[in-house]
Amino acid sequence: MNEATIEKLKILAESAKYDVSCTSSGSSCAGKKGLVGSASGWGICHSFSEDGRCIALLKIMLTNYCIYDCAYCINRRSNDIPRATLTVSELVSLTIEFYKRNYIEELFVSSGVVRSADYTMERLVRIVKDLRLVHRYNGYIHMKSIPGASPELIHEAGLYVDRLSVNIETPNEPSLQMLAPEKDFQSIFTPMRHIQQGILQSIEERKKFRTAPRFAPTGQSTQMIVGATADTDKDILSLSSALYRRPTMRRVYYSGFIPVNGYDNRLPALKQPPLVRENRLYQADWLMRFYQFRVDEIVNDAFPDLDLEVDPKLAWALRNPQAFPVDINRADYEYYYGCRE
Amino acid sequence: MNIYIYDKTFEGLLTVVFDAYFCRVFPDVLCSEAEILPLFYNEVVHSYTDTEKSERVWNGLQKKLSKLALSTLTMAWLSELPQVDMLLFRYIRKAIDSPQSIETNFGDPDVLEVTKTWKKVSGERHKVMQFLRFQKTVDDIYFAAMEPIYNVLPLVLDHLKDRFGGQKWLLYDLKRQYGYYYDLSAIEKVHFNNKEEHFISGFLSGELMEEDEELFQRMWKQYFKSIAIKERINSKLHRQHMPVRFWKYLTEKQ
Repeated sequence: MNEATIEKLKILAESAKYDVSCTSSGSSCAGKKGLVGSASGWGICHSFSEDGRCIALLKIMLTNYCIYDCAYCINRRSNDIPRATLTVSELVSLTIEFYKRNYIEELFVSSGVVRSADYTMERLVRIVKDLRLVHRYNGYIHMKSIPGASPELIHEAGLYVDRLSVNIETPNEPSLQMLAPEKDFQSIFTPMRHIQQGILQSIEERKKFRTAPRFAPTGQSTQMIVGATADTDKDILSLSSALYRRPTMRRVYYSGFIPVNGYDNRLPALKQPPLVRENRLYQADWLMRFYQFRVDEIVNDAFPDLDLEVDPKLAWALRNPQAFPVDINRADYEYYYGCRE
Repeated sequence: MNIYIYDKTFEGLLTVVFDAYFCRVFPDVLCSEAEILPLFYNEVVHSYTDTEKSERVWNGLQKKLSKLALSTLTMAWLSELPQVDMLLFRYIRKAIDSPQSIETNFGDPDVLEVTKTWKKVSGERHKVMQFLRFQKTVDDIYFAAMEPIYNVLPLVLDHLKDRFGGQKWLLYDLKRQYGYYYDLSAIEKVHFNNKEEHFISGFLSGELMEEDEELFQRMWKQYFKSIAIKERINSKLHRQHMPVRFWKYLTEKQ
């Protein structure tokens, strides 16, 4: 820990900041004697960055060296940016020291891919193992699994982290292939399935044996980039809805595309990140998760994109005048579901 | 107009309730010993805090109100707002007199006001949990100082003990000049007679800081700066989530 670590921290935080995941919800773990920290169900934001996002977690990369050349990513191989790697012990003591000062309440760790997926994944697993077993860290950990990592490593990681996730990045394979030639959907969906199986298996086992190990108790999440490809909101939301139908998928995050590699002409030239569209997608996401809207009610072939002027719920109402008026004093709670059928 | 004089403690307030029912004289104004009495009044009653009486009132309230409503009362008390004692007195009186629980009767202005006050205090409590920042001292004590608008320190102790049970800490309220010290086994309320620099400014001086403390503070500042996405700067949202009055004591805002 010295001046050089500050420089590394700067480089790696800047590399990690585009990941939008920020919650630590759903994990409750009371503090115990001899352990460092606790997790509370709703999560506490300990600070807010200048862009208004919650900083509950130490969002950091183990390294920003990467063998991949994904067009949308700041850390792509062909970018001439400062590179750094934290040692396992540096990252672990950063986490513990920040935690003890109430700066953060969890660790969010991801990494660029060095040498191979398994090599990188192994490093990540060592961090979480060190935190849990050596430093007795009891707070929340969210780890990004590396696409293409082997099931054994994913399984081992799942035993120590609270949430394990893989980013999908784009809603369909051709656009992923265009922007990230080294990745394919298989390398993303396979680990997702392994995580899902691990979680379901652990739930099943814990019903029989209370002491059976927990596996990623808060499930998984994923992230899609919005606005980097020509994909419509229909593509994005259909995939989200398919993902939510699977057990264990808790959140799909939408990240408005920020052109970090302006020179790459596979990408659109945007003046500003599509913040309104991102917001509308989250609103649609909430309608699907909490209000039982089906994806084809929000976007369909006739309306493949969300209206940027009005929110998706109002847009639905304007398209469906037959469901109105509604007497809110008499309509029962499930009325909307009924009239939409 | 009836006036009760008491010692401005919560137990004192409960004793006032007991005395008021005992004498069948209900106060219109509650005063402390030091306060100047209003110009016109009918009767002044001195109520002396008695734990036996206050416990009887509290036990009685437990039969009338849910646990949540009782904690609403104590939390509203901690708001230390000027008229909160009279408000709580009216609430308690209504709770005692009513055959069923009044806690959700928001048509009643007193119930509504108590609930609103509770909400404010509860929000401040959450803000303290969010924004308190520990600094490590040479003798391994983590020191945090704050200036919450309501007296919420007692409300965050359970959370802190749960989360930071493995380290010694001192949480200090600069405005009310008291704090809580945790020595790995129990939490103790502490006062300091000699006002050292850090009990005024809230920051440890160089020689009191642990060797690496300054380095970690710089790291955290650097991290805070780096994590913001320049293209998405939104200072209104930033200030809304992290009110400016807390910036004074936030490491990353120095």
